[in-house]
Amino acid sequence: MSLFSEGRLWGRLDDVQHDAGYDEHPPRMGFFTDTSVCIGCKACEVACKEWNEIPENGYLLTGMSYDNTGALGASTWRHVAFVEKPLTGQETDLGMPGLGPPAGESQAAESGDAGIQWLMSSDVCKHCTHAACLDVCPTGALFRTEFGTVVVQPDVCNGCGYCVPACPYGVIDVRKEDGRAFKCTLCYDRLKEGQQPACAQACPTESIQFGEVSELRLRAANRLQELKDQGVDAAQLYGADPDDGVGGDGAFFLLLDEPEVYGLPPDPIVTTRDLGSIWKHVGGAAAAVAALGVASFLGRRR
Amino acid sequence: MSRGERSMVPEPEFSSYYGRPILKEPTWKTPDVPLYLFAGGLAGASAVLAEGAALTGRPGLERVARLAASGGATAGTVFLVHDLGRPERFLNMLRVFKPTSPLSVGSFVLAPFSSLSALAAVSVVTGRLRGPGRLAGLGAAALGPPLATYTAALVANTAIPAWHEAHRELPFAFGGSGAAAAGGLGMLLAPAAETGPATRMALLGGALELAATQRIDGLGLVAEPYREGPPGRLMRTARSLTLAGAALTVAGAKWRPLRRLAGAAYLAGSLTMRFGVFEAGLASARDPKYVVVPQRERMERRAKMGV
Repeated sequence: MSLFSEGRLWGRLDDVQHDAGYDEHPPRMGFFTDTSVCIGCKACEVACKEWNEIPENGYLLTGMSYDNTGALGASTWRHVAFVEKPLTGQETDLGMPGLGPPAGESQAAESGDAGIQWLMSSDVCKHCTHAACLDVCPTGALFRTEFGTVVVQPDVCNGCGYCVPACPYGVIDVRKEDGRAFKCTLCYDRLKEGQQPACAQACPTESIQFGEVSELRLRAANRLQELKDQGVDAAQLYGADPDDGVGGDGAFFLLLDEPEVYGLPPDPIVTTRDLGSIWKHVGGAAAAVAALGVASFLGRRR
Repeated sequence: MSRGERSMVPEPEFSSYYGRPILKEPTWKTPDVPLYLFAGGLAGASAVLAEGAALTGRPGLERVARLAASGGATAGTVFLVHDLGRPERFLNMLRVFKPTSPLSVGSFVLAPFSSLSALAAVSVVTGRLRGPGRLAGLGAAALGPPLATYTAALVANTAIPAWHEAHRELPFAFGGSGAAAAGGLGMLLAPAAETGPATRMALLGGALELAATQRIDGLGLVAEPYREGPPGRLMRTARSLTLAGAALTVAGAKWRPLRRLAGAAYLAGSLTMRFGVFEAGLASARDPKYVVVPQRERMERRAKMGV
């Protein structure tokens, strides 16, 4: 099978570890982040920072609701987004546990923030089936683990920064004061010890669920159906489809609005899908330069 | 679209997260990376020009082009290493070979090209090792066209809309631009009796560059950064300079001052185009519009086709 054919650099790929060279391996592990039960506590952000010893990256207030983190980056591997949406008057019980009168309670805030529905979502590296960051890395610092996750080896990375514009989700970044690229490792160190990632363990509502990707996909489909049955029409899965533009994400989501509302690309396609075409056009252009060179020496002798 | 003109196309409506970018802006530094793109193009095409000059007995042109090939490769390597977050680890680029990474492929083109073009240049300047020097020059000439064009794959194989969606045109823009620069330098510095091939290479390369950037302009919304704002100005300036070089060439390349002016215009046009393409990519990463709108349109097209 050619490197540039479907399944290698894009499209459906059912055994990502085998493709990466693991003959025997544990099941592919990942996250299902169910944003319908996220309460925006940011325990995931804190647990991630603590466990992975990530340096602070500013204490500025952004003015973006309760989000003072801003975005994923070299020193932010979990990021909770807060979206304030005007209420439509058709709120649905999402099955959240609560202390007050149970009937008709929703994520809508009471008192001061009346009239606003909060969407909260804990974003993370997607650990793509076809990971552009990994494929463009010229040093081999980024690699596929036996769990099917994508991890940077800091002792190999030389800070070329190619992974940064390659990521269709804008996840990985270079830490300026360090010079190297960093992102979520899906707590590779904890996985090897049979532990779950720090963010999933810290999540109090099980919005972040860790497990085998195949099982999480079923769980996500069931949860989506449950919400649809309750009339939550806006609910949708994001990154759970193994036939999507990146071959499906190892970390996928249940969203309550369109992806771009949360700062996610609506239809990402891994750049390497076009790599065959890119090299073909480079070849054509190189031939053109050679031909142009020959042509320059034809004709008049001067 | 020129300054002051207003677009008749209404601004597309789309949702975003507080208007924040979706993609990360490339951390590649300016001027390092645009200069690297320029130096690679100049060096690669100069190696071809040098070999032609050697084969057809034009020692003056050969000397200029050999020095340009070696100098461009050396400067390019310096820019590339300086741009790394951990420059002392630049050799890590050569610990694996990955055809999926244009930067890896490029490193394996640049490293031998640098050595071969340096050997050829030293041989021409000192008059020693003529045999090995010629062989090295031949090798550099073979690696020249890939060196001049692979940088297009480097920027195109990313998620940056302005770069990725132009992946068919950028290799020709970069190749043509490299040839225009190499020819331009020959016109500027080679002895009068030997500038014919350089003049023709510059004219042909400039034409290829102009044709390719013209096509990029026609790519719709994703190409907007090439047409508007500061990168748009750079692209227009680059086009004017290259056009001026071509016009001066046609008008009177036999008259030395005019020929030199034309050569300088080609060089400046090629250099400015690299900055324009680089800045257009950054602008395209900063605005979520260039990610959301084309992806939404793609989803709608797919839905219509019933896939």
